[in-house]
Amino acid sequence: MSRIAVVRFPGSNSETEALAAVTRAGGTAVLLDYRESSLGGADAVILPGGFSYGDYLRSGAIARFAPVMQAIQRHAAGGGAVIGICNGFQILCEAHLLPGALLRNAQQRFASRPVDVRIERIDTVCTTDYSEGEIIRIPISHGEGRYAADPATLEALEAEGRVMMRYVSVPGSDAPHNPNGSARDIAGICNASGQVVGFMPHPERLAERVLGSDAGQRCFTSLVGRLTAGATT
Amino acid sequence: MTQRVHVRVIPRTGLLDPQGQAVEHALAALGFSGISDVRIGKAIELSVTAESPAAAEAVVRRMCEQLLANPVTEDFVIEADRR
Repeated sequence: MSRIAVVRFPGSNSETEALAAVTRAGGTAVLLDYRESSLGGADAVILPGGFSYGDYLRSGAIARFAPVMQAIQRHAAGGGAVIGICNGFQILCEAHLLPGALLRNAQQRFASRPVDVRIERIDTVCTTDYSEGEIIRIPISHGEGRYAADPATLEALEAEGRVMMRYVSVPGSDAPHNPNGSARDIAGICNASGQVVGFMPHPERLAERVLGSDAGQRCFTSLVGRLTAGATT
Repeated sequence: MTQRVHVRVIPRTGLLDPQGQAVEHALAALGFSGISDVRIGKAIELSVTAESPAAAEAVVRRMCEQLLANPVTEDFVIEADRR
């Protein structure tokens, strides 16, 4: 059974949905307090969405120094799975576990709406149950989601296939092509091994049929499947 | 002795600064002409116990590198009061 910790920082707001999605996917979901110094035996960690520390200074800038982050750094360095969703992505960038930064949306507004994203890499820890190039519609909910990095970093991300999720326009769709002005329409990236991933959309918020779509749920079945496979091999 | 240190954190040149753009348009709408390249950042002030203004600036530089500024997207200027 795979044990997946979801961290709650002061100001997190999507941890409940993430825990529920993990449970539905067949994993053991554990809420992890930001003051903990270990992961309590978890096989993977999810940094959920929200506004940790009120987004003071910069989104994720203060959460990055929370005690639990040292354990997460060690977990990632050892090849462990870490998933950052929205504010979690911002925290991973601030912690230098992923390159770049998330800046204020280009249109200066908080964006809360469905978007269409293409899954560009299916061997990451949370995309194995998607097909390559598959386009899914899931929500975004952020004021600071404009991905930025220096040109050399952007080139390296593209060359190494580390853009795992990209905003796309679907003919006939009312969703904006790029909802925040992100460089190269980047919605999410991963590290070289695909074990550390970060993205702005919220799959955990559209992961049950009763909500009209469960397009996001495979993110969590992918994770549980990967961990289970890893445990048996 | 206590040194008062002023830090300015500014979005890096070349990065889109939508706040600066919006303010630039508002200034133009108010009739101010010849305005360009408005950029909006943060001002941080702090008191630091250090031997000299230069020593205080050195400590604050380390703070900027670790926390106060994001080296990916922001530049910073540090200035301690010299009295």
